[in-house]
Amino acid sequence: MMSRFRHLISIEELSKGDVEYILSKADEFEDIAKKSFSDILKGKLLGNLFFEPSTRTRMSFETAMKRLGGEVINLNTAEISSIAKGETLADTIRVVSGYVDTIVIRHPKEGSAKLAAEFSEVPVINGGDGAGQHPTQTLLDLYTIWKEGDINDIRIALVGDLKYSRTVHSLIKALSLFNAEIYLVSPEALRLPIQFREELGNNVVEVDSLEDIIGEINVIYVTRIQKERFPDLDEYHRVAGSYRITRKMLENGEENLIVMHPLPRVDEISPEVDATAHAMYFKQAFYGVPVRMAILSEVMGYG
Amino acid sequence: MDKGLLIQKIKDGTVIDHIPPGKALFVLKILGIDENTREIVSFAMNVPSSKIGIKDIVKVENRVIGEEELNKIALIGRDVTINIVQNYDVVKKFKVKLPSEVIGVVKCPNPSCISNTSEPVSYRFVVVDGRLKCHYCGKIISKDVEKWIVKEDVKREKIK
Ligand SMILES: [Zn+2]
Repeated sequence: MMSRFRHLISIEELSKGDVEYILSKADEFEDIAKKSFSDILKGKLLGNLFFEPSTRTRMSFETAMKRLGGEVINLNTAEISSIAKGETLADTIRVVSGYVDTIVIRHPKEGSAKLAAEFSEVPVINGGDGAGQHPTQTLLDLYTIWKEGDINDIRIALVGDLKYSRTVHSLIKALSLFNAEIYLVSPEALRLPIQFREELGNNVVEVDSLEDIIGEINVIYVTRIQKERFPDLDEYHRVAGSYRITRKMLENGEENLIVMHPLPRVDEISPEVDATAHAMYFKQAFYGVPVRMAILSEVMGYG
Repeated sequence: MDKGLLIQKIKDGTVIDHIPPGKALFVLKILGIDENTREIVSFAMNVPSSKIGIKDIVKVENRVIGEEELNKIALIGRDVTINIVQNYDVVKKFKVKLPSEVIGVVKCPNPSCISNTSEPVSYRFVVVDGRLKCHYCGKIISKDVEKWIVKEDVKREKIK
């Protein structure tokens, strides 16, 4: 069977049809992702090439591959730094793509996955390239909204670090495919860069506080505000504290309001929220598995 | 003013005209004209022009530069015109046109871009709405393109 795409490097390469196709495929895989196995990728080998650590993403891909009956070889950061000493990424890819059926690459340089795809004999999936792209994260975010909310009526507040968050930038690109209403809630210093605002056109509003719009939205997407972005700790604590999601705050929200977070969280979301029906972040992490199953089976031609 | 006094007519070669004032040196850079060049190259800066006020001109004698290479000059000026001269006659005249891809001429301004490493690839940009977008990292150069033109030695190093 022909794949809709050979590599998955960036969310921008996908059409709305591609995205919807992946979401519904992920839905079909969800039961297997939970506690079952399939053998559609039996005999296939996935190579996880992680040039920087990201245990969460690596485990999610590994789980997805194994639940579909495939095998995984992992090259961790330490091994890579010893074999790749002085070797170009291009050469590493040429060698590894001779061993495996698909490569997942995570690398600190932007554009590295694109380069890898050019030198690979097998499909390449971008597992995050520095500040660049992380398309499987974006697809699992969309899947969560699709599953738990209404993708045709997204009223979403993006909260926290909108300036540096790659997750938010990619999500914005994807949301522009759908007719989403977007509210931006961030400290002055961490506002969304102008290029992304341009892409959003008229469907975006900057607001000072989440409380002002809490009754009008059905998704809150929270990202981490990092200490390093602030000149001193006091300033960080003051700012971060004012963007914390609490149970009390959510009382004024719609019943079906969902709270998402790419994880790991530090204290952007109060633990008391976890027990509410609004908390979707752990389920969101689980959804990474069926979404990655859909992508893996697609690039290997078992759609 | 008699332009002939500023720059002599050439017998054979390429005349690059209507370069935005002050940008002639970047044209030389794009064409890879440096201390290793053997052809006679003359240029004038801030020449009065009836068409665009003032302009720069570059003349390269006894060398017909390929159209593909010349079109890269559109990076610094969209009104640049090329005259191919043979035996004192202009045998071909055209305006430069920005290609759909610009390879190996401009460096990616993003220091974390994979194209700024020792990987065996050239700098590569796609032209989107007249702006350059890095093929690898997606960085867009919206102004001061000339700042990012790569030097000849770097070009040789990258392409090897
Ligand atoms: Zn780049």
